[in-house]
Amino acid sequence: MQIELLEIHDHLSRHPPFDTLPESALQQLAQQAQVSYHKAGSPLLELGQPLNELYYIRSGAVETYKRNGDLHNRLGEGDVFGQAALLGRHKVRFAARAIEDCLLYCLPGALIEALCEEHDSLAEFLEAEGQSRLKSAVENQGQASQLMQIRLRKLLSREPVSVAPDCPVQEAAQVMVEHSVSSLLVVQEQANQPPAMLGILTDRDFRSRVLAAGLPPSTPVSAVMSAEPISLQADASVFDGMLCMLRHNIHHLPVMQRQQPLGVINLADILRYESRSSLYLVNNIFNLQSVEELQRLVPDLQATFLRMVNDQATAQMIGQAMSSIGRAFCQRLLELAEQRLGPPPVPYCFMVAGSMARDEQLLVTDQDNALVLDDRFDSALHDEYFAELARLVCNGLAACGYAYCKGGIMASNRQWRQPLHVWQGYFRQWIEHPEPRALLNSCIFFDLDAVYGQHELAAQLQEQLAEQASRTPHFLASMARNALNRTPPLGFFRTFVMEKDGRQKNIINLKGRGTAPLTDLIRVHALACGSTAQNSLARLEALAQAQWLQPQVLEQLRYAFEFLSLVRIRHQARALEAGQPPDNYIEPEHISAHERHNLKEAFQVISHAQKFLRFRYPSVPMRGL
Amino acid sequence: MNLHPGKLGWPAFYALQARTCRNPALRAYYQAGCPAAELAIGAAPLLALDVETTGLDAQRDAIVSLGLIPFDLQRIRCSEARYWVVNPQRELPERSVTIHRITHSQIHQAPPFAAIAEELLEALRGRLVVVHYRTIERLFLHKAVRQALGESLSLPMIDTMQLEASLQRRQHPPGWLDRLFGRRPVSVRLADSRRRYNLPAYQAHHALSDALACAELLQAQIAHHYSPHTPLRQLWY
Repeated sequence: MQIELLEIHDHLSRHPPFDTLPESALQQLAQQAQVSYHKAGSPLLELGQPLNELYYIRSGAVETYKRNGDLHNRLGEGDVFGQAALLGRHKVRFAARAIEDCLLYCLPGALIEALCEEHDSLAEFLEAEGQSRLKSAVENQGQASQLMQIRLRKLLSREPVSVAPDCPVQEAAQVMVEHSVSSLLVVQEQANQPPAMLGILTDRDFRSRVLAAGLPPSTPVSAVMSAEPISLQADASVFDGMLCMLRHNIHHLPVMQRQQPLGVINLADILRYESRSSLYLVNNIFNLQSVEELQRLVPDLQATFLRMVNDQATAQMIGQAMSSIGRAFCQRLLELAEQRLGPPPVPYCFMVAGSMARDEQLLVTDQDNALVLDDRFDSALHDEYFAELARLVCNGLAACGYAYCKGGIMASNRQWRQPLHVWQGYFRQWIEHPEPRALLNSCIFFDLDAVYGQHELAAQLQEQLAEQASRTPHFLASMARNALNRTPPLGFFRTFVMEKDGRQKNIINLKGRGTAPLTDLIRVHALACGSTAQNSLARLEALAQAQWLQPQVLEQLRYAFEFLSLVRIRHQARALEAGQPPDNYIEPEHISAHERHNLKEAFQVISHAQKFLRFRYPSVPMRGL
Repeated sequence: MNLHPGKLGWPAFYALQARTCRNPALRAYYQAGCPAAELAIGAAPLLALDVETTGLDAQRDAIVSLGLIPFDLQRIRCSEARYWVVNPQRELPERSVTIHRITHSQIHQAPPFAAIAEELLEALRGRLVVVHYRTIERLFLHKAVRQALGESLSLPMIDTMQLEASLQRRQHPPGWLDRLFGRRPVSVRLADSRRRYNLPAYQAHHALSDALACAELLQAQIAHHYSPHTPLRQLWY
């Protein structure tokens, strides 16, 4: 007869990793468990002692210690310990002591090992300090999202309609009517080679470039087309297509097989897949005529966010979409401001800093922006214009939910509304003299991206930064030290956040203690290797290309970043759904056991990476000392 | 009915029974002997036992299930746990069905106690029995074994309820005020006793769960109030 120790079986079945195991495995565990009681204060495991069991805490609390005596972990009901030894050399790696009266279930190592062979979920959970658990947590995300799975090729319904570059615009218009399409590709036939795509012409171009400009019907299309149009390869995902259209605010996207156009995707093709997509929202943004109208889109922005979360989009996808929407708001506000103030007296570039520049924006966000002006800028003559432009945009952004930056990092602040040479001076100064104030600015402005106007102005700053920063060890050392200011907690214990010194708190700022320290340390490595990438995952990619860090380390950082971002995103989505203002403060009691384990692992990744940072960019004496 | 050896002492009583018992299973049980009264609890092979019955009157009621689990002060060994449902060979009162969650059909399919008596004695052999409230286990086992094998079973027991009662009396002796107002001493029921040692709440009235609960309670009581060197004579009855 089957002996049922229901008390043991049922408790195991409610806690990870055992909650993922089938009934037969749970029965084996419950049957082979040994139970033991330990009074508060009793030592449980001594460092180095042979060990062939996994310990499961049925009730009470246990602390584990590192070799140097530092607290390693504090564990409560449903937690396990001893796995480091079990999967290693069968010797205790972390000494353990009961800090409350404890009832432990001791599970035989041979059984655990056998079950690990059969059940990946158990093996991954127990693998000591690996990234495997994070990896699976992150990789499951995004799989379900249709947008990621469907290739652009699938959306193409017809061959591309094209004309030669010397085709007159009237004839081109007739071709479009005949085929009832809203865009044409301009293609050059070549002898013995596939035809080359030279440009694209859309309905809108006919309106703005032909009719409004009063050009004759005989004008060749090559004179009015958009040359070298932005395009994507056919195996890119629908999501990539959506992002690309979002980013460049285009409604027609040629889809290529290598050099050859296969067809054109238009906005409607994607909207058919995603009626409430961010693309739809961005399209709306550009059709609105005032700040008041734009303001009314804020609920749509939140709906788009929720929709993506519910569709299991990855954090990277959501960050990119939210940033693109933010950029669209900036761009539209600038267009409206220019309509009101007239054309700018000298060229300028409106830049964003921080999360929007990194394409990592979520819902709770301040505006961080600046203006870089052409060097012909004369303050006495031109600043009135740009001050007003900045005021309109910053106020508009604030009205649309992008709160004023508390630190004053806004184009409306004269300090951050300067010609290129002044900016170049700022950057040089910050890099050469990394004082605390300068470091603060570096952390903000060294994530920088052009949003509107002359993108080259911002690009020059990015290149200057990439070049100078990598050659200045004492700057890197200062940035590295600065990146250690914010540290992750040790983990969780019951409904508390556990600090490294053993203190307990009941709330955690997952941005300040999680994603921000990660972003900071990734930025230091990226600057050191001379990358101009802004997005954290793109920076990791650049670090991989440059072989700057070990591939496993990069992978761990990537999973940790994606996972921490996802937890923040889900938290904000839950707040929205409950009708509460979203924030970054998470109470551990609202985190599932699985999420806690993964979070703890992500915190460990940050901790290790911070230690490495200190070692990799050591303090160096200042020049001249 | 001879439930306790009195002045004779348990080891001598076992030796006597080993010589005089006619039933081979009982004789084998007694021949395995009884631990010496001076043996330290930490060295004693223990076995937690719980029986569930149709009621509390040993004359009228009978055993419906038994659970046992071998242990020592370090470990409770679930892999050696045993559990039997037995047919009490009388109508089961509705109330006891709800308490034990054992259904009538389970009872009808179950063997009579006589069919498992030898297996039970084999499991008890060489181990000191630990129970919570020894009167029930003693009376019912005594009667059931006598009916099944024609001879009686008397055995020493550690009673975690008795231990808890004396610990509580020692720690919180009732004052004259308590006596004046007829205040009852703290509860020494299994669940209440366990709570005092921060042991988790279990589903009560399942013979195997209760046996496990009792084994854990003894480990806790020894850890808090005695030591592994405490001799059995201070603990058993």
